[in-house]
Amino acid sequence: MAIDMQPESDRQPGREPGGREPDAPPPPARPWWRRPAVHTALAGAVIGYLLGHLLGNVIAGQYSQVVNSGQNDYAIVLGYVLGTLGWLAGLGVFSDLLRQMTGRPVHATEEARDASAGLARYFRYSLDHKVVGLQYLVGMIGFFLTGGLLAMAIRTELLSPSYHVFSSATYTAIVGEHGTMMMMMMSSLILGPLGNYLLPLMIGSKRMAFPRIEALSFWLTPAAYIVLLSGLMFGGFPFGWTGYAPLSVQATQGADAYAVAFGIMGISLILLGFNIIVTVICYRAPGMHWGRLPIFVWAMLTTSFLMVLAAPVLVGAMYMLITDRTVQTAFFTDDLGGSSYLWENLFWFFGHPEVYILALPGFGVVSEILPVFCRKPLFGYKVAAAGMVGVTLLSFFVWQHHLFDSGINPDMRPVFMLTTELISIPTGFIFLVAMGTFWKAKIRFTVPMLFALGFYFNFLIGGISGVYLSDVPADTTEHGTFFVMAHFHYTIMGGLIFAFMAGLYYWLPKMMGIRLNQTLGKIHFWTMFVFFNATFLPLFAVGMAGQPRRVYTYARSLETLNDWVSISSFLLGVSILIFVFNFVYSTVIARVHEEGNPWNSRGLEWQVSSPPPPGNFARVPVVLSGPYEYGVKDAPPVADLDPPLGVISNAYAAAAAEGAEV
Amino acid sequence: MPAADGTVADGAGRPEPNHGLRIFLLWLPVALVADLLIWFVWGPHLPPGAMSTSAATQQSAIKIMSVMAAPVMALVLVYGAYALVVWRHREGDDEDGPPIHGNTRVSVTWIGVTSVIVLSLAVFGTVELAGPAGAGAGEGNTPIWRPSGGTPLQVQVIGQQWRWTYRYPQFGGFETTSLMLPVGENVQFNITSLDVIHSFWAYQLGVKADANPDINNVAYTKPEHTGQVQVRCAELCGLWHADMTTVGQVVSLSAFNAWTATARTQLAALTKELPPYTLTYDPNAVAQLGKVFQKAGLSGAGGGFYGSQYPVQP
Ligand code: HEM
Ligand SMILES: [Cu+2]
Ligand SMILES: [Cu+2]
Repeated sequence: MAIDMQPESDRQPGREPGGREPDAPPPPARPWWRRPAVHTALAGAVIGYLLGHLLGNVIAGQYSQVVNSGQNDYAIVLGYVLGTLGWLAGLGVFSDLLRQMTGRPVHATEEARDASAGLARYFRYSLDHKVVGLQYLVGMIGFFLTGGLLAMAIRTELLSPSYHVFSSATYTAIVGEHGTMMMMMMSSLILGPLGNYLLPLMIGSKRMAFPRIEALSFWLTPAAYIVLLSGLMFGGFPFGWTGYAPLSVQATQGADAYAVAFGIMGISLILLGFNIIVTVICYRAPGMHWGRLPIFVWAMLTTSFLMVLAAPVLVGAMYMLITDRTVQTAFFTDDLGGSSYLWENLFWFFGHPEVYILALPGFGVVSEILPVFCRKPLFGYKVAAAGMVGVTLLSFFVWQHHLFDSGINPDMRPVFMLTTELISIPTGFIFLVAMGTFWKAKIRFTVPMLFALGFYFNFLIGGISGVYLSDVPADTTEHGTFFVMAHFHYTIMGGLIFAFMAGLYYWLPKMMGIRLNQTLGKIHFWTMFVFFNATFLPLFAVGMAGQPRRVYTYARSLETLNDWVSISSFLLGVSILIFVFNFVYSTVIARVHEEGNPWNSRGLEWQVSSPPPPGNFARVPVVLSGPYEYGVKDAPPVADLDPPLGVISNAYAAAAAEGAEV
Repeated sequence: MPAADGTVADGAGRPEPNHGLRIFLLWLPVALVADLLIWFVWGPHLPPGAMSTSAATQQSAIKIMSVMAAPVMALVLVYGAYALVVWRHREGDDEDGPPIHGNTRVSVTWIGVTSVIVLSLAVFGTVELAGPAGAGAGEGNTPIWRPSGGTPLQVQVIGQQWRWTYRYPQFGGFETTSLMLPVGENVQFNITSLDVIHSFWAYQLGVKADANPDINNVAYTKPEHTGQVQVRCAELCGLWHADMTTVGQVVSLSAFNAWTATARTQLAALTKELPPYTLTYDPNAVAQLGKVFQKAGLSGAGGGFYGSQYPVQP
């Protein structure tokens, strides 16, 4: 309780998180180029990289294995790590910390906030959750487009089994960059932008729990992105996104980029999840008890638990890989006492929760949107929340289904088969909830709703194909083929990305006060839906017919199918460009303002103006009823946005007294 | 909690049709036709065919799962289509829908039915895995599910960047790049690697098992028809992963015996140079052999693509 009382008498501007005391003198203004922002961060990154590189050469320049292979992994790894630290230092991440440690008044980051209204604050280390949300949004779209461009390159090469646009090495590098870019960056696709922006609004809080951690989690993502892409300068890495050792130990420097980037992103995920967990638990407005929490918030909470519990394993594994590649620790080298199985276990112990990190936020977004456009309460709210919790728990007990043919623990395969099939029960709840909500509904086919419906269609196929993979005999044919590839694109591209689009069309009016063009939105939806399915449905057949994953060439008999898939995927790319056009056109050129509650939603976030005022709520609201009471006669309003003085402190006093009695 | 069975008349006085029954009647033929098609028309052609016992097991697993999945999928799709058509918003209707928060009976039924399906699938998968000796999947070093009957034919599969070689320990341990198997005999593959992880995938035989360095991974099958077998690598192993393909043969027992006899004598000189047959090989020792092979103009595992102490991508 003591963490954040948010006293309601706090009507005049008080001390904001990390801010100066109200009566402290304002910090002296500095010229813009001396204030920390992206340009100083870049300078810091370059200096850090050069320092690290130098250090690496000093330490390891003479080592024989360095000379033998003409490479120095020490220099590159240290360059990346110090470069990242320099990037953060240049942003001013450490300034407040140093000031506090040396007893000086804290103002560096606050200066950035005060003095940079307008666009400039989006390029600074901002502590405002609404700024961070939009930073994340633009970043994530950029990362997704980069990954998508690489996907187009993959499909270009696969147009022909015999004529090669790329060499085998380049092709493998592109597949690895695409897979890793998508898997590591898209983990925050929904929680980063929509989560950071909307969570406080949805639970009636003025802010996230840890504004500095929130900003740090975002500013690590561009660092991870640049480090990962820089791997291409060394020829990329030849082991896909899974990085199986000992291939990843023997590979050239591109592998350092993979390990460091994935590690940085792992840290970002831990920070993001940790902040969300604390915010949900401690920052709910009075009356926002667990039974009233919007279902999207349940999804964020469970995803965050997955992040903080799974990502540390990833960071540890990447660290081991780095030491294997540099100081020859041999964690993963069989003939030196290590084990290639160790990597497989560590990686998938992270990797399977990771796929639910990608799936759960999508469940949350579509379940949140459904009641609004069905004009009905969410069917089985408790079932939906329980399903998410069930998925979260079970997802830590299924990882060896990726290793059915590996020879690890073969006697345990029935157990992992069972746990994997069990997880489809709570996953199935989202369909129960959706079908129940449709019952006698008044379905409105708005753009967000279309994307949500597309999500259910795609995820149905993705989920059912997953059951095939959970069965060991069937998986023996399907493992390592394009069948798997089609399966996880159905759950991620067809699930996560569709849900993200649904959320974006739904919440952008809230976040920017601007509506995306609905006609373009419909065109975007239909092209994306049709060409997504045209691209990935045939790939189930391609895989079953025997085409392994990650191959630059394939059997001639599969050329027609592959051509069909490639052409569909280019059209899918065009559909994404329509989205980009719509996004830019609507937010920069047309700017159709949408201030109120365009969807007539009962969500708490819609009860304030769009975009919300600084601090979100003038007073801490008192939540009066659940968010899905559509059609309920005499349902009270969602919240009292201007509760009478004394209500909250009395409530807390009563609770405190109760606590004291027990 | 209002009943969700659709028998209640709505406020307008028009009797509400029985939606549940309608959806059921729409669903039933779709599910039936889909299942019949899967079982009789599609089933016999499903991959990976029925050339061996393990392939047949996999084919029947895929078939049975499809038969179970089709009605579930049909239910969701038929229900969804019905909902989108019947319960779409009509122009001028500004009312909200009925405030149904949930229905315990429906939820419990759903959870019960999905649990039964899922648990029976798990039992089914376990039976299919144990029955035909591991269903062609890699079973590690100490397989618990073995074929009954006498000693199976042993074939060692050695993966390396980027090709497959095979050793036949019961025939003097000769080593060759061609995979030859007799029809109607149990086969035991011992799969290992000399460098990184590969995955031995004999498509028509329905055999897939990872080749890990320093590890012996066992998989069983029993070819039941003669013919060609497409061998590929199913685990990314570096630059020429896509090219680790060969074609194996399943031939009659007499043809197989003739082949082993010839191969054994023809390869005798090479077999002498080979390290003695073991389940795994020390990559450092094997790499030396590459030079011997190259001098003799022979091919064998350990073609000397690189020194393995600090392996580097060529
Ligand atoms: C824009 C649409 C997309 C297309 C056309 C596409 C296409 C492809 C293709 C063709 C491959 C297979 C390469 C191969 O195995 O040879 C692939 C691999 C992969 N994709 Fe995508 N993809 C798309 C979006 C996504 C998204 C949104 C994600 C995840 C967030 C994703 C994650 C992956 C992963 C993890 C791999 C595996 C890489 C590996 O084998 O290591 N893709 N993609
Ligand atoms: Cu998994
Ligand atoms: Cu391979």
